[in-house]
Amino acid sequence: MEFFLQLLVGGIVVGAIYAMVAMGFVLIYKATDVINFSQGELLLVGAYISLSLMVQFQVPFLLSVILAVICSFLVGLLLERLVLRSFINEPVISVIMVTLGLSSALRGLMQVIWSTDTRVFPTVFSQAPVKLGTVLVSQVYLWSLGISLLLLVIFALFFRYSLLGVAMRATADDQQAALSMGISVKLIFAATWAIAAVVSAIGGILLGNINGVNPSLGYIGLTVLPVAILGGLDSIPGAIIGGFTIGVLENLAGGYLDPFLPGVKQVAPFVILVLVLMVKPYGLFGKPIIERV
Amino acid sequence: MLIRGMTVLELTNVEVIYDKVILVLKGMSLKVPEGQIVALLGNNGAGKSTTLKAISGLLKAEDGEVTDGEIIFCGKPITNRDADKIVRDGIFQVMEGRHVFEHLTVEDNLLAGSFTRKDRHHVRRDLDMVYEYFPRLVRLRNRIAGYLSGGEQQMLAIGRALMARPKLMLLDEPSLGLAPLLVREIFQIIKRINEEEKTTILLVEQNAHMALSIAHFGYIMENGKIVLEGEVEKLRDNEDVQEFFLGLTDVGKRKSYRDVKHYKRRKRWL
Repeated sequence: MEFFLQLLVGGIVVGAIYAMVAMGFVLIYKATDVINFSQGELLLVGAYISLSLMVQFQVPFLLSVILAVICSFLVGLLLERLVLRSFINEPVISVIMVTLGLSSALRGLMQVIWSTDTRVFPTVFSQAPVKLGTVLVSQVYLWSLGISLLLLVIFALFFRYSLLGVAMRATADDQQAALSMGISVKLIFAATWAIAAVVSAIGGILLGNINGVNPSLGYIGLTVLPVAILGGLDSIPGAIIGGFTIGVLENLAGGYLDPFLPGVKQVAPFVILVLVLMVKPYGLFGKPIIERV
Repeated sequence: MLIRGMTVLELTNVEVIYDKVILVLKGMSLKVPEGQIVALLGNNGAGKSTTLKAISGLLKAEDGEVTDGEIIFCGKPITNRDADKIVRDGIFQVMEGRHVFEHLTVEDNLLAGSFTRKDRHHVRRDLDMVYEYFPRLVRLRNRIAGYLSGGEQQMLAIGRALMARPKLMLLDEPSLGLAPLLVREIFQIIKRINEEEKTTILLVEQNAHMALSIAHFGYIMENGKIVLEGEVEKLRDNEDVQEFFLGLTDVGKRKSYRDVKHYKRRKRWL
């Protein structure tokens, strides 16, 4: 039982981070119909910047996070402006290929700057575990969970109530109509990429604090894709629930099945995805196309 | 010319080309005087919707371009300006086929319409104004717009335009696909908006009867240019308009299909 709870808590924490990164996928997909394969690299950008600031420039953790978030915001804007803007009105499939290219380019660039060794964050959160009932949880897990949940709530409120949030949802719904409202589609795309880069960066920093940072952290992007598809690529609540589902199931599969089937942890999310899509082709919360009768 | 008042919008010899090859407007000129409803009538493919999109800037999203001529709004040239800037200038187009945001609630649709407003504190009051014009929308305010009926969606589309408080509203076929009674209701509201909010309206319609019943001035388009214009009373008396748009013969009887083959020969304005 205790082993189970341990796995469950770990799964929930990772799930919350997945949910946040999946939100980045969903945002870009909703607004621009594009699946962004460079999401994982955006995770790395944030983690590396924060880490370098702390290690090389002795910047305090919180400040390094804020600076990393600002840098990621700018990176998102820059990618949109320099690369993706010129693909507005091009077929979606070409844009998806561009994000794949972007992923390789960013990865290469980061390996040049930071090499491929695993780097570890200086200890930020106290090592002493907290006892929750019978389960011991390390503080970094609790902080990660808290920060992810807080951000998820902030973004949910932003989309629900702010004018820019309404405009982003409107653009996702009908681009031409949004344009006719005076909503600058370019502005919305730029905001979308910037926000997606920021949530990924925070996800990267949290995961980096748990596992250390090396280029393979970027492959989280690949794990998060099933999360986003599972919840329905265009649903933010779906991304959140998908994140927790995949996080928990992946951890449980890893804990119980890995001794018999090594590597099952990495495969589990995709198996779950296939099973869910067989029953619900739009994902758990994906919008079907509205057909008035 | 019997146009009174100041001209808010003027098109002079506008030429529009789609995809760099297809010439749709061939020297289109028209004037919209302040505070009036101007109707733009014409057959399918005459270029009515293209005219509206050229004014609102939505043309660019469809690979169209104004290649010649000039569009002046309130004394300022707006030819080929970005669509979102034109909305800020005060022109709002209600697109053909309603185009409500299907997955947003009615109220979020209205809020999206207010996106360009700087006086945010008046938005609440204007929501009430829209609900006053379209009382049906009140109990639907939290519904997802995609599930509304066609008439309700058209009301929402016009309400959304009101939220931007435009000086000039471009309406593209508000009667499309609606039952006759509903069409009458919506046209009465359009007339009220024009009278009470002093919104100038440029109206594109297939339903010439309805359009001429609320408009002050009318233009008739064919093949990318204006072929006839005048006060609505005059247009209604014009034999050709009666025959080709109102479906009447000169004695006021329904037109017989036997005479349709004379269509080309009997037009007098060409």
